[in-house]
Amino acid sequence: MALLEVNHLAIQFGGLRAVDDFDLTIEKGELYGLIGPNGAGKTTVFNLLTGEYKPNEGIIKLDGENITGKSPIEINKAGIARTFQNIRLFKQLTVLDNVKVGLHNHYRYSTAASILRLPSYYRVEKEMNEKAYELLKVFHLDLDADTTLASNLPYGAQRKLEIARAMATGPKLLLLDEPAAGMNPNETQELMDTISLIRKDFGMTILLIEHDMKLVSGICEKLTVLNFGRILTQGITKDVLADPEVIKAYLGDD
Amino acid sequence: MKERAALIDRTSRNDFVTYGMVIAAFVIVQILSSMGVLTNQLQGLLVPLCVYAIMAVSLNLVVGILGELSIGHAGFMCVGAFVSALFSNQVGGGMPSLLRFIIAILLGGIFAGIFGFLIGVPVLRLNGDYLAIVTLAFGEIIKNIINAVYIGIDGSGLHASLTSANKLVDAETGVILINGPQGITGTPRDSSFLIGILLLLVSLVIALNLTHSRDGRAIMSIRDNHIAAESVGINITKYKLTAFTLSAVIAGFAGALYAHNLATLTATSARFGYNMSIMFLVFVVLGGIGNFRGGIIAAVLLTLIPELLRFLSNYRMLIYAIILIVMMIISWNPASRAFMEKHRLGGHLFKKKNTAGKEGE
Repeated sequence: MALLEVNHLAIQFGGLRAVDDFDLTIEKGELYGLIGPNGAGKTTVFNLLTGEYKPNEGIIKLDGENITGKSPIEINKAGIARTFQNIRLFKQLTVLDNVKVGLHNHYRYSTAASILRLPSYYRVEKEMNEKAYELLKVFHLDLDADTTLASNLPYGAQRKLEIARAMATGPKLLLLDEPAAGMNPNETQELMDTISLIRKDFGMTILLIEHDMKLVSGICEKLTVLNFGRILTQGITKDVLADPEVIKAYLGDD
Repeated sequence: MKERAALIDRTSRNDFVTYGMVIAAFVIVQILSSMGVLTNQLQGLLVPLCVYAIMAVSLNLVVGILGELSIGHAGFMCVGAFVSALFSNQVGGGMPSLLRFIIAILLGGIFAGIFGFLIGVPVLRLNGDYLAIVTLAFGEIIKNIINAVYIGIDGSGLHASLTSANKLVDAETGVILINGPQGITGTPRDSSFLIGILLLLVSLVIALNLTHSRDGRAIMSIRDNHIAAESVGINITKYKLTAFTLSAVIAGFAGALYAHNLATLTATSARFGYNMSIMFLVFVVLGGIGNFRGGIIAAVLLTLIPELLRFLSNYRMLIYAIILIVMMIISWNPASRAFMEKHRLGGHLFKKKNTAGKEGE
C-alpha cells in the first residue's frame, strides 16, 4: 500500500481553481519531486496536504488513514511534517528549544510538574535533551545548540534546523518547500547530502518542491509537473524532464 | 542528581539571580527600616511596590512570553482584590489572620484566573491591536460593574442589586458587603512587606518555571511563529489560554495584596482603570519585554520616582515624564547599551530584544 494517496484533489479561491484534479501516489521510502513554473499551485498542494487549506474536492490518505479536511495539528500527529518556503523558525528560541518544540507531542509532564519542578520535569526534560541532541548531531547543528538563538544561525543552517524540527515530530512523510531556495552551490550540495542522509538513517519518505533542476534531477526518483493548477505529466524523473510539454511549460513556446 | 544539576546550571542560574535580587531588596529595606532611615511615606509605599512588581511579572507573561498585548490587566487585579476582601470580611475573626489571608490570596487568584479563562476563550481568537482593544474594554467592564453593584447578605442568602442598597437586605440581620461606589470597607489590614515579597517570589517561581518548561516553549513558539507552531502540532488555543489564565491568577494575587492594604476598597479608575493597565505595560516595556527581572526593577523605579519628586509639587509629573523619556532612550539606544555591556553596568536591566525569550541572559 502506498504511503500517500491523493485522489482528485481540488481547491477553489473565488473563481480560480488553484489546484484541480490532482492525483499523487507516493510509496514508502521514495523521494518525490513536485515542480512547475511560478504560480502553478505547488505550495497550495502543500497547504492542502498539511491541512492549512481545506480542499473543495478529493481525498487524501496517509498510510490508509483518511486525513482529508483535518486540522494542521491532527495531520502533524497523523505523520506529515513540513518546512516552509520562507523560513519559519522560532527565532527567539535557542536551536535546542526549536527542536524540543518539535518533540512536544512525544513527551509529557503536567503544567504543575513544571511549576513545582517535580521529578518528572527533570526526567522528561533530560530525555528530550538527549533526543534533541541526537537529531541535531545528524544535521551538525549540535554545537552550542543550547545558547545559540535560531535567528543567529547562518541561512543554510536555518534551513537545516527547520528540517530537523520537522523530523523531531516523528513524521512518516516529510514535505520540503523549496529547501534550496536562496542557497549557493556549496550550500545546495550540503543540503543534498543532508537529504540523502535522512533518507538513509531514518528511511524517510520525502516530497519536495524545488526550482533547482540540478537538485531535482540529482536526487528525486519521481516527479510530478504542475502547470496552472493541473498535472502536466508525472513519472520517472528522467522521462519527465525529457518531455517536450515540460520543456515548453518552463521555457515557453518558440 | 547529576542531570538535575546540569539543568539548573543551564536554565536556572539567571532565575536565581532574580530571586536573589528580590531577597536582597527585602534585606536592605529591613536594615534601613531598623536604622530608622525610612520615612513614613516610604514605609507606606512598600506594599504597593510589591503589588506593582507582581503586576509587572503577570503582564510580562502575556506580553513578553505569549507575545500578545493586553491592556486590561488592572481588571483581573480588581477581581482578585474584591473577591479576597469579601472573603476576609465575611470570615472576620473566625480564623487566624495569616491563614485567612493565605486563603483570601488563593481565592483572589482563582477567581481572577476564572475571569481570565472566560474572557480569554473569545478574546484570544484576536491578536495584535484588536486583542489590545478588547482586553482594554473587558478591563473597564469588570471595574465598572463592580463599581455599580450592591451585594448584601442576610438570613435568606445573598442579594444583589444594580440600583441601590436600600431594602436589599433584612434590616435586622443583614449586612451590606459591597456598597456600590463606596466599595468594601473594613477589610483587615493583613498585608505586610514580608508577605508582599513572598508573594512576589511565588509569582516569579510560577512565571519563570513555566517559561523554562515544555508548556513555556510551546507558548513562546506561538509568539515567534504561530503557523510553524501549528505545523509541528502545537495546540495554539490551549497554550494561549494557559498563559493568559496563569497571568490573570498572578494579577489576582496582586489584587488580594492590594486590597488588604486599604481600609476602604473602591473600584475607581485611579485604582483599577486603564491608566493603571497602561502603567503596568510601561513597566514591562521599559524593563525589557520578556525580561521578568527588568520589569520588576522598572516597576519599583517608576513607582518610587513620582513619590520622591513630591517636593516639586506641580512640576512633579513633568519631571517624571522627562525621566521616563530619558530612561527609554538610554535603555533602547544601541550605543548606550554597548557602553553598559562593556562596563557591566546593569546590561541585564536593559536587555537586547533578541534574547527576550530567555530573560536576563
